[in-house]
Amino acid sequence: MSVLLDGRFRFDNYVVGAANRLAVAAGRAVAESPGSTYNPLFIYSPSGLGKTHLIGAIGFAAKQLQPELIVEYVPLDDFVDRLHIAISSGHAEAFKQVYQRVDLLLLDDVQFLTGRRETQSEMLRVFNALQGSGRQIIMASDRPPSEIADVDERLVTRLAGGLIVDIGLPEYETRVAILRGKCAEREMTFANGVLEELAKMPCGSVRELQGALNRLAAHEALGDRPVTPQNVRAIVGGRPTPEFGRAAPAASTNDEFAGFLSDIAVAVAQHVEGWRVRLGERVSHWQRAGYATSMLDRALALSEEVDVDALDATFASGVARLEQLEAQAVLLDPRLAGLDVFRDPERIAQAEARIEQAIAAHDPPPAPWPAFTLETLIAGKSNQLALRAAEAAIEAPGVRYNPLFVHGGTGVGKTHMVHAVGNALRRKASLSGPVACVSGSQFVDELIAALQTGTVDRWRARYRAAGALIVDDVHALAGKERSQEELFHLFNALHSAGRQVVLASDRPPSEIGELEARLRSRFDGGLVVAIQPPDRTLREALYTRILVDRAAGAEPGVAALLAELPVSGAAEVESVVDRVVQSARSSGGHVTMSLVRRELNAGGAATPTSVPAIVDKSFLDPEKIVLEWPDLDGRVIEELR
Amino acid sequence: MSLVNYAAREITCKIVYYGPGRSGKTSNLHYIYDQVPQDRRGSMVSLATQTDRTLFFDFLPLDLGMISGFTTRFQLYTVPGQVYYATTRKLVLQGADGVVFVADSQRRQLDENIESMQDLHANLAEQGIDARNVPLVIQYNKQDLPRELVVDIGELDDALNFRGVPYHAGDALRGTGVFETLRSISELVLRRLSGATAASVAVGR
Repeated sequence: MSVLLDGRFRFDNYVVGAANRLAVAAGRAVAESPGSTYNPLFIYSPSGLGKTHLIGAIGFAAKQLQPELIVEYVPLDDFVDRLHIAISSGHAEAFKQVYQRVDLLLLDDVQFLTGRRETQSEMLRVFNALQGSGRQIIMASDRPPSEIADVDERLVTRLAGGLIVDIGLPEYETRVAILRGKCAEREMTFANGVLEELAKMPCGSVRELQGALNRLAAHEALGDRPVTPQNVRAIVGGRPTPEFGRAAPAASTNDEFAGFLSDIAVAVAQHVEGWRVRLGERVSHWQRAGYATSMLDRALALSEEVDVDALDATFASGVARLEQLEAQAVLLDPRLAGLDVFRDPERIAQAEARIEQAIAAHDPPPAPWPAFTLETLIAGKSNQLALRAAEAAIEAPGVRYNPLFVHGGTGVGKTHMVHAVGNALRRKASLSGPVACVSGSQFVDELIAALQTGTVDRWRARYRAAGALIVDDVHALAGKERSQEELFHLFNALHSAGRQVVLASDRPPSEIGELEARLRSRFDGGLVVAIQPPDRTLREALYTRILVDRAAGAEPGVAALLAELPVSGAAEVESVVDRVVQSARSSGGHVTMSLVRRELNAGGAATPTSVPAIVDKSFLDPEKIVLEWPDLDGRVIEELR
Repeated sequence: MSLVNYAAREITCKIVYYGPGRSGKTSNLHYIYDQVPQDRRGSMVSLATQTDRTLFFDFLPLDLGMISGFTTRFQLYTVPGQVYYATTRKLVLQGADGVVFVADSQRRQLDENIESMQDLHANLAEQGIDARNVPLVIQYNKQDLPRELVVDIGELDDALNFRGVPYHAGDALRGTGVFETLRSISELVLRRLSGATAASVAVGR
């Protein structure tokens, strides 16, 4: 079998476009039923446009469809040679017989019949024999029969007697398809746009196109510089030919503009800086992925070359961190997906803060007790300094007294005050997060629990998102190193963010044992203010309020009488009231002055812990004390020296 | 004006044709317009009076396609040459990546050429631009006119080209020197892609 018919040339690897559609359709028809449709089929086109491929495909297809068919492919030169040999060896008749039994004769390069009279007459005989027996002849030539010079008129009539089809120059799309087909066939790959760029280039035939493709392949194989759409022209070279200039308008109809374009391409290629291009690609990549790239943009604007890979790696690690944070955030609140802070590696700190807020919102830190408000806090001399500081902290959280450290004995109202501050801060719209209000022991317990469950990060985040932090009984952290460390970092985070911190303890920072110096100095750095035990006025106000609550109908003056006794704090006041109320109930009456005197005179046996230790009981004797002092205005009080 | 946007992979050059009135700036653009394939050019905007003298400006966008992976666009502008359109000239000149000075080679226009060149420098200075850093090419147009009417190039160069920038003889109506000039200014402008002039590098958005 001829090489042409070995299957390399098939219809399925022959790209069909507008320029060859008719020829292919005719070829297929002939392959399906040789001798019956177009006989002879005469195909012509300039060299290199696929005539040989097409007739090879027709022969192969026909053989596939009817394996018993005798298909013969002969270039005209071979035909002539064989004829000469046959004649010279005296076997001219055998030559004729060979060709007369062929079912499908494929005759290539028919234009070489020019001037070969002997060959022409022999061919005429073969034609007559074949056509007479219904066998198919297909011819290919670079020109139509009428233009083949010096050919016997009868033969021309035979050649033109069937169907004459031409193959034109493939248009751009067909050229791209041809190139892609060739690449696939040869398992070659090029960068995107290379084949398209090649297809745009001027080129006189498919064979030239294939040659250009081979040059690109060779260049690529050398490997020193990959073939890109930009350097295709430089590698392949060449100027437009008139034919393809028309076929590919993109290549410009005008040499002047095309020349300009080509010079510009060279100038751009020379001057564009590789690192900027690579960085630009990364910027574009990250922008497409939805990230803000201001960090890379700034590098792009630098005049000095930057390490693109290192910069990109930094950016990528930032992106990875943001992805983690976003995933964490979405678990807490799906509405947080896609927030801007998760799209800018320069805003990781903000993204972390947002997570903390989400955690705090999802699992808020303990809040101040609602019952303790400033309105219910009785002001007096003993607590007025602390109260004013508290009011300043509420008015401008984090600005004036930060931290505010309140200390005083048990029951003086520290807890009430710090919770009241917390409640007042909660009402402030300007606060950036919830008010965390926790006792020292609760802080320690929560940390231990978080350590047990491995949720320290989350626990920490709850507090870090707080708009203000209040720690009551902070002395409970004494000796608890880890708790102190956590509080230290929490304090720093909140303090540096301008958030108010309020601390309460039964002693000033300097007297809290086993407190790390770094914490102590921070506590001391704000305002340390003491609340004294309640003075007489405060005591009377406290008694009045508690008696109204617990002993309705108490005799007027009872509160004043009780207030004469010093107490350590509000808790003790409550205890005294409970005791007299109990006594009144057991005697079936109201709380009266005499009952109070009697009860208090009875001493501490009944309530040993809560009843005040009275220094001298004679102070309770109404005859020995002046309850209502005269007005001192206008009197001279002698100063005792 | 951003010359190159690495992120979007775009190169956009603004080239302004400057020169005295009737020196042939619009003719340059018209010639280019006629030579550029249709798919590469935008519509040329030309605001002119009935007497065909540019009153506002001409604008010709050229799409040069993908060059070295960059979508490359040239925007060619002309300024109105008449002295009294100073404001328009300043506006058009803003953000120019390169300037083509189209000089009228006629002897009687020599003073106008010099005046226009001075005007160019004054306008650049007003925009805080050092004229020495702006890519500039001079085209001595109308060299096709009879020799007795035109100043020869050497003389023109002495009068106008004190910075020694590239120059080309031109006949914009017939296209002589038009693409040479455009090529010359383009190469000067594109040279700025190199790091030395990072100021012209846009960060892209």
